[in-house]
Amino acid sequence: MNKKGYHQIEETLFHEKLNNGLDVYLLPRPQMSKTYAIFSTNYGSIDRTFIPIGETEEITVPDGIAHFLEHKLFEKEDRDVFADFGKQGASANAYTSFTKTAYLFSATSNVEENVKTLLDFVQDPYFSEQSVEKEKGIIGQEIKMYDDQPDWQSFMGTLKSLFKDTPVNIDIAGTIESISEITKDDLYTCYNTFYHPENMTFFIAGNFDPDSMMSLINENQNNKEFAKLEEIKRYYPTEPMEVAEKEIIQNMPVSVAKCTVGIKESHDELKGEKFVKKDLLQDMIITYFFSKSGQFYEQLYEENIIDSSFYFETNLDKNYGYSIIGGNTDNPDQFIDKIKELLLSTSSHEISEEDFERMKRKKIGQLLRSMNSLENIASKFIHYNTVAVDYFELIPTIQSLTVDDANQFLKEWITDDRLGVSKIVAG
Amino acid sequence: MVTIKEEVKKYNGLNVHFVPNEKFKTVHIVVKFRAPLSRETITKRALLPYVLQQGPNKYPSRKELQIALDNLYGAVLSIDGGKKGNSHILSFRLEVANEKFIPNESNIIEEAVGLLNEVIFHPNIDGNSFQEQVFNREKETLRQKIKSIVDDKMKYANMRLIDEMCEGEIYQTHVSGYEEDLSSLTAQDLYQYYKDLLENDQIDIYVLGDIEVNKMEQVISSTFKREGNQKTEKKVETDKSPSSKEVKEVIEEQNVQQAKLHIGYRTNILFQDSKYPALQVFNGVLGGFPGSKLFINVREKNSLAYYASSRLESHKGLLLVFSGIAPKDYQKARDIMEEQMTAMKDGDITNDELKETKDLIVNSLLETLDHPQGIIEMLYQQVIADTRISPDQLIENIQKVTLEEVIEVGKSIEEDTVYLLTSKGGE
Repeated sequence: MNKKGYHQIEETLFHEKLNNGLDVYLLPRPQMSKTYAIFSTNYGSIDRTFIPIGETEEITVPDGIAHFLEHKLFEKEDRDVFADFGKQGASANAYTSFTKTAYLFSATSNVEENVKTLLDFVQDPYFSEQSVEKEKGIIGQEIKMYDDQPDWQSFMGTLKSLFKDTPVNIDIAGTIESISEITKDDLYTCYNTFYHPENMTFFIAGNFDPDSMMSLINENQNNKEFAKLEEIKRYYPTEPMEVAEKEIIQNMPVSVAKCTVGIKESHDELKGEKFVKKDLLQDMIITYFFSKSGQFYEQLYEENIIDSSFYFETNLDKNYGYSIIGGNTDNPDQFIDKIKELLLSTSSHEISEEDFERMKRKKIGQLLRSMNSLENIASKFIHYNTVAVDYFELIPTIQSLTVDDANQFLKEWITDDRLGVSKIVAG
Repeated sequence: MVTIKEEVKKYNGLNVHFVPNEKFKTVHIVVKFRAPLSRETITKRALLPYVLQQGPNKYPSRKELQIALDNLYGAVLSIDGGKKGNSHILSFRLEVANEKFIPNESNIIEEAVGLLNEVIFHPNIDGNSFQEQVFNREKETLRQKIKSIVDDKMKYANMRLIDEMCEGEIYQTHVSGYEEDLSSLTAQDLYQYYKDLLENDQIDIYVLGDIEVNKMEQVISSTFKREGNQKTEKKVETDKSPSSKEVKEVIEEQNVQQAKLHIGYRTNILFQDSKYPALQVFNGVLGGFPGSKLFINVREKNSLAYYASSRLESHKGLLLVFSGIAPKDYQKARDIMEEQMTAMKDGDITNDELKETKDLIVNSLLETLDHPQGIIEMLYQQVIADTRISPDQLIENIQKVTLEEVIEVGKSIEEDTVYLLTSKGGE
């Protein structure tokens, strides 16, 4: 077991790669009452084309299957795993994103029992035709719930406008039609390929003893056998640099129109230093312009173009990245034209030394805030770990950034062909 | 046990609660203003946060205020209003990085306290009025916010249920205020009301984090000052419980994909009542967790919904049940939901269900104590209910609840209103 101390932030992280390939990370936080554990596979909704384990031909599976599989893993032949956690005083949950599926629990007692339950239920699937059919009704209602949420539709509309082939333009849950095609055998195929320990990470943070925790996990894993896994062959389409469609308009019964301008930040694979630098600068720079201290925000506010619904978000993942600037507006075209105009003006902008120092401070404070939450630490750690970046080293990385880095980034940040628009209008 | 330390001091007409705690990397300062909830003042109280967030006298624009916050390592300021029973609470929250974790910094917390004091007590005024321009602009912001409630169907259905259920009661008052009040409201009116609030509201300040109480005491007492003591404490009135009546059914149609079924019950038990812990357990068995009766029967057994749960309005004495269903399943879903309540009232609760639910409630209370805002809200419950129940006691009280007590509270729960938001024609 490796031990690594991060002195400035007073954290210690333990790591071991087990014989079966599983990466295990332990972060003791003895002051906390609770322990939070997450068992995550490097498999999400965008992994729809791949060669199944032990086979040679690539296949494409129905959309929404990673999420469907996440639901079904909780159901066993004789019981529901939620109930097992419930009996052990833990609350369990799971989520599926574009790139990850994660199972988790938090508990303030019976931590060791709950760790075993988490490892065992994820590694012991039981799918039947009957239970697959039953789930279609439940997930159907989950999809319908999202269909009524203008904010979600606005978000997906933006991704559809930005990405032509990368499957982030498809809803994580799929559609009522696509999930209707899912069979028990499809679930086993995806499960056997992507739930191999080699493709998974176990992260636990909170109130426990690291030595006994690591031996418990080792013992649990040594009792199980897994087929040998060569590298998983997944196929992502080649994504062009420019947007798929300039504008996507959807009609929904909204009281005020919702508009976004999206920036296609990245369309191919990034890792390590390149990733982290882009990730940090992308966030710091959009914040610099559009947060309430930003000169663009002030201008938009004073010209009455935005209201309190105004927001921006930014995200960079292993093979795609986007930023979204949006809000409610009575005048969508004015909103869009103005945001685009401002964005296009940034290439000639110069950030001052003083402003950049403040941007760094803000980012450091934001990281410290996010470290209050074990949930946040765990999911962010895994996110960065997948692209070979150490989450706990982000503060020194921020400190090492220079104003020249920022101005260099700014020169190439925006081009017109990487801007897309989504509108939700009444009708 | 867990033991959250809380030292309460009184100075300058303020109740100050120090909560030293080593769990977090940031310090939280929360200032709470409490007054009786009322239709007359609510729109003003809803508008104030928007106006004050545009910057105090010292930083008279949103941009200048935000730059000051950014310089304090991205301190986060938020102001919000909410109701707890028949009280209305305005909360000013500031979260700032603890200087302990940042090299060469020692003054951040003190400066943050100073900034919060500016925002609350030294607003940007023009004689006896808020700045006209800021005021008019923020009035529009609030108007948009009120208008867009209908776009969030879950929130809208919740509000409509309370409208119908608590007709004529104080609790019915909408926390976002009323559009019809806005046009006649002036910047002078709002400033007058603001002065009234400074004099007459009950003010509680919470300071939480890895802090030295002595040092913080000095900072707080030399910064926050109220002119004189709280003048007239306005009494929070309780609504008379309506005499029992037929269950009211309200069906509303809109252009939606998914119907929202919300059912309101009167519990006739409040947070400070000795029966409250048994009511919490009752709610937990019914619909508080994924193993609860509602989840199992509506979702798992009948595949009717993605979510089906219940929660308590603890300072008002309500139990609310809600689910998102296909419009055609209304009667079936309603029957199943009501059957769960009837079953519980008939004593259909096993010892296993009881034990599990108690463990899960204790777990969630303990988890709340790992979140800074959670701790503050939990401690503030005591102020609202005028009780002295420490978090340790809350947990102990849950552990002591017996099956008989849970069945007993069922007797006082009465179904009041069934609200359905459904698609046009219910298809």
